[in-house]
Amino acid sequence: MDKMPKWADIVLIPLISLLLAAFFSALVILAIGENPIEALKLMVDGALMRSSGWGYTLYYATNFIFTGLAVSVAFHARLFNIGGEGQAMLGGLGVALCCLYVPWPHWSLAILGASVGAALFGALWALIPAYLQAKRGSHIVITTIMFNFIAAAILNYVLVELLRPVGAMDPASAKFPDATHLPSFQDMFSTETNKMFRGAPANVTFFLALAASVFVWLLMWRTKLGYQIRAFGHSESGALYAGISPVRITVIAMLISGALAGMMSVNTTMGESERLILNSTEGAGFIGIAVALMGRNHPFGVLLAAILFGFLYQGGAELALWTSIPRELIVVIQALVILFTGALDNMVREPLEKLFIAMRRRNA
Amino acid sequence: MTAPAIELKGISKAFGPVQANKDISISVQPGTIHGIIGENGAGKSTLMSILYGFYKADAGEIFIKGQKTLIPDSQAAIRAGIGMVFQHFKLVENFTVLENIILGAEDGAMLNSSLGNARKELKHLAEEYGLNVNPDEVIENLSVGHQQRVEILKALYRKAEILILDEPTGVLTPAEADQLFRILDRLREEGKTIILITHKLREIMEYTDTVSVMRRGEMTATVKTSETSPEHLAELMVGRKVLLRVDKKPAEPGATVLDIKGLRVVDEAGVERVKGIDLTVRAGEIVGIAGVAGNGQSELLEVLGGFADGTGTITMNGAEIPLSGHGADGQARRAAGISHVPEDRQREGLIMEFAAWENTVFGYHHSPEIQNGLLMDNKGIYTEAEAKMQRFDVRPPDPKLAAKNFSGGNQQKIVLAREIERNPDLLLIGQPTRGVDIGAIEFIHQQVVNLRDQGKAILLVSVELEEILSLADRVVVMFDGHITGERDAAQTNEKELGLLMAGITDTSAVANGNGGNDTTQQEVPADG
Amino acid sequence: MDFLTLLQVLDTSVRLATPLLLACLAGLYSERSGVVDIGLEGKMLAAAFFSAAVAFYSGSAWVGLLAGVGASVVLAVIHGLASVTFRGNQLISGVAINFLAAGMTVLVAQSWFRQGGRTPPLEGDARFNPIELPFAIGPKDAEAAGKPLSQMIAEAGPLQQFYSELISGHSSLVYLALLTVPLTWWLLFRTRFGLRLRAVGENPAAVDTAGVSVVWLRYAAVLICGVLCGVAGAYLSSALQAGFVKDMTAGRGFIALAALIFAKWRPVYALWACLLFGLFQALELRPDIIENVSGIKVQVQLLGALPYILTVVILAGFVGKAIPPKASAEPYIKER
Repeated sequence: MDKMPKWADIVLIPLISLLLAAFFSALVILAIGENPIEALKLMVDGALMRSSGWGYTLYYATNFIFTGLAVSVAFHARLFNIGGEGQAMLGGLGVALCCLYVPWPHWSLAILGASVGAALFGALWALIPAYLQAKRGSHIVITTIMFNFIAAAILNYVLVELLRPVGAMDPASAKFPDATHLPSFQDMFSTETNKMFRGAPANVTFFLALAASVFVWLLMWRTKLGYQIRAFGHSESGALYAGISPVRITVIAMLISGALAGMMSVNTTMGESERLILNSTEGAGFIGIAVALMGRNHPFGVLLAAILFGFLYQGGAELALWTSIPRELIVVIQALVILFTGALDNMVREPLEKLFIAMRRRNA
Repeated sequence: MTAPAIELKGISKAFGPVQANKDISISVQPGTIHGIIGENGAGKSTLMSILYGFYKADAGEIFIKGQKTLIPDSQAAIRAGIGMVFQHFKLVENFTVLENIILGAEDGAMLNSSLGNARKELKHLAEEYGLNVNPDEVIENLSVGHQQRVEILKALYRKAEILILDEPTGVLTPAEADQLFRILDRLREEGKTIILITHKLREIMEYTDTVSVMRRGEMTATVKTSETSPEHLAELMVGRKVLLRVDKKPAEPGATVLDIKGLRVVDEAGVERVKGIDLTVRAGEIVGIAGVAGNGQSELLEVLGGFADGTGTITMNGAEIPLSGHGADGQARRAAGISHVPEDRQREGLIMEFAAWENTVFGYHHSPEIQNGLLMDNKGIYTEAEAKMQRFDVRPPDPKLAAKNFSGGNQQKIVLAREIERNPDLLLIGQPTRGVDIGAIEFIHQQVVNLRDQGKAILLVSVELEEILSLADRVVVMFDGHITGERDAAQTNEKELGLLMAGITDTSAVANGNGGNDTTQQEVPADG
Repeated sequence: MDFLTLLQVLDTSVRLATPLLLACLAGLYSERSGVVDIGLEGKMLAAAFFSAAVAFYSGSAWVGLLAGVGASVVLAVIHGLASVTFRGNQLISGVAINFLAAGMTVLVAQSWFRQGGRTPPLEGDARFNPIELPFAIGPKDAEAAGKPLSQMIAEAGPLQQFYSELISGHSSLVYLALLTVPLTWWLLFRTRFGLRLRAVGENPAAVDTAGVSVVWLRYAAVLICGVLCGVAGAYLSSALQAGFVKDMTAGRGFIALAALIFAKWRPVYALWACLLFGLFQALELRPDIIENVSGIKVQVQLLGALPYILTVVILAGFVGKAIPPKASAEPYIKER
């Protein structure tokens, strides 16, 4: 018998972890002399009570869906990809090159092209750590961390030295052509009389993210590739017995992971800034870790967790606007979520397991 | 009568929902070798780990020399004069022998003086008990037998009066095992008390003074070794009369299916494990490979199964199969008509976290009949899994249950169902009944024989001689990577195979024509 | 490049290598015990803030140092709880700690000082000031001679230049960090504690069955790691610089981690690795020197990435294999 029912594993534990994180966040807010209830109200008002708030929440969520899926696909192969940040940065480069140098006739084609570019560059940036892990046993966590820094250096170099238009001061590429402008939610959902999502950056990429979630779900649980990835993740010796090549699966899982992380920049670079800027990723690669952990590596969970973090991001921005609480509050919350749902998982799990076993004994 | 060296009263221990020890009481006399025998999973190791403070008992009391003693951790056990040699050695591999010996028993905060004193003491111990080992050698460069000596030395260095050995001969060659028992005899003469955990009846009968039998977490009996017999112990171990004989007709071997010539296998550490063997398996026969664990049988299976590289030639139904590089993986082997029930079902044969139904296609996930376009036909797989589990009497018959939640025997049935029902030309089967309850053993053996009777070739590897003798038609013995002999199963006996397993090829003294399935054995001492 | 310029670059290298070295040794203790720590960055950052903040209020760099160490140790205890007590994923715990520090420092800085996530500048005794070794030319000599310091050093002989420019004139923490190297070596390879620490990182079961507490040893290592990270952070904000600014560690924790791998988890190698990476950072500040020497225009951004690239090359095993302690990142689970 399992130690506890499935629902407890999937719903109860993340919920308790989330409550713990929320409780400590509230303590932090109290400690800096603000009222946590007021803060929550402000966040909800700013992020969820207006369509423009939702426009921001879903914009952020789009990023986090991509990076969360990226981390979770790698997790299924028991690979911890901390390199989402770097892969997304390089993905941005792919988007920029696609948008700047290919004369797209229409945005619908441009988004497909840019997605391919982003995925390709992201995947490529994941390929080297994957290959080194598979072939030479170099620990992928360390190599992907290193690759984040190397990516930042490369991006910095490319923007300052290569892509920066003549005469421009800030390290950024030229603005993308108009044909690559992606319809924002405002463009899509506003009517003559009723402006929706006014000024919000959420755009059509959100639907691309939803499609990616469905794709990952199908891939992991409905295809033989996903079957092999999960089998390898659970047992490398088992994989060998079954004729599943560890090298092949490691590389493929990381390529998919890197591609997903890279595709995040379609949203930021093409959908929002419409040019390549430094630090367009804003740590979304790392938030993917929290999102994957909270979402229990399932695309549906990732989707929910991404929306929650989107809400936190937008709510945090509102807080910074109206109170003296800086935006970094969300970094703290993010840290607490990773801590409780990831590192301290056993702290919640073990007492619960004992409880369920005791309950079962009593019932028996 | 002197106070017992050890007395355990009412020890119980549960791991989550599994009750590993149930109300166990035992008393061990000083200066004796006390055997504890039982099947895998009977709770022997757990009990001894509790005595050594490695696990904490849920209930019960421990008395050392008549004194009630609390043993919350290994430190307390060491203070009480208990030393333990675990089945899997607890050595730091990149430390020297000396460093391993003083670890946790240093004289003071500085290392130099501790190392100096230990060096002297070690020399003394080596002379006293014949435990020679180079104190400055790094552990990973030592043979398994020598590593075991370091473990014994560790215990003696800590002034252990009571020494527990958990399955000490499982990884030893017969010669090494023989040396070990000579050392143990010497220790007993010096007045030490020795507890020997094993599942080998022969060791119990030959070396112990007293024996306790465990079954499913309970202590079923403690008897003087001189007053019991192997049959009686076996019965106590398994709980009823053992019928290990399998009903089978004589084999009708057909064409050669598997032909191995000059196979060599070098493991990852660069050690040659299989040293040039020739072997054939024909349709309609079961070839059993006998041998002490670690003599190259596992590597043979791994190469045949496609997950280790080898050199030499292997043909399957007349066609050569690659032994390394492209085409030397599990997928290619399955395509060539080889099915494989691996030795370690938990690490290899199953994905423990996967549901049973997902496991029923493990290794065959590429098969066209379970694909539905780009996707896998999960519904079809599930329905078929349900039927398979019925046919192989897997309990509970719930395909949704994760593999880890089945008992050992039922896990094995899932693997067996998957591999046998692929209708292979050749079935590789390693340790088919290891960790399997008695009820399932008969079922599993019967399935293997049925497959043979359908004209399939079967290569069986087992460290259990009785299993080999009852199941195989032809027995091949491996020792140190070589084949030391080949016998007709009906024309040999355990004595003869025992000699071959020890590398002694002259068996004329014990060979007889009719002792084939005679399982009431008096065995040959390994040093004979 | 003249000799004095070389000395100046090396001097800067030592200054920049110091926090790397402290963090690297911190990581060494932790990883030798089998607890992987990618949260060095966060612990340093927290220490940098709290030492600067408390030094500002108290006016004493040493009181600040204590506070910094305290903050770092708190994070170390969290890491210990996650990795040792609750046997969680050590990598994930490290990630969480980095974020916790990144967020909390700014949050608290804003709440205490309202200067956009920084502390006010530190002056006087609130900083660790340079120590002038005997016979070295320092600011006082310059004052007495009525000449600028740089001129005095430029006029001195090469030995005196070497002594005054490179050896003398660092803060006490630099010398402390250098002393930590032989101390760590001695502790690791010459004491009982070191033997046990190395053993627990290789095979915790061996330590446990030898009657020594795995939990206690690993906590000891994690706490030492916290203390050293604390000193590293304090050095950043109150010796290298004069006050805390947001994210001031700027990836140093990860460079230290890289240095640790580069050094194959050995204390003396760690010193060389950190000095090398310190040199890279010093050269990043003076790209003109490389240009003068090599005649090639060097991309500063790419120079900054050099430690990371080198680490990847090392990890790939192309230049000698880096084999971590065997029980790295694996929680010790006794019962099945």
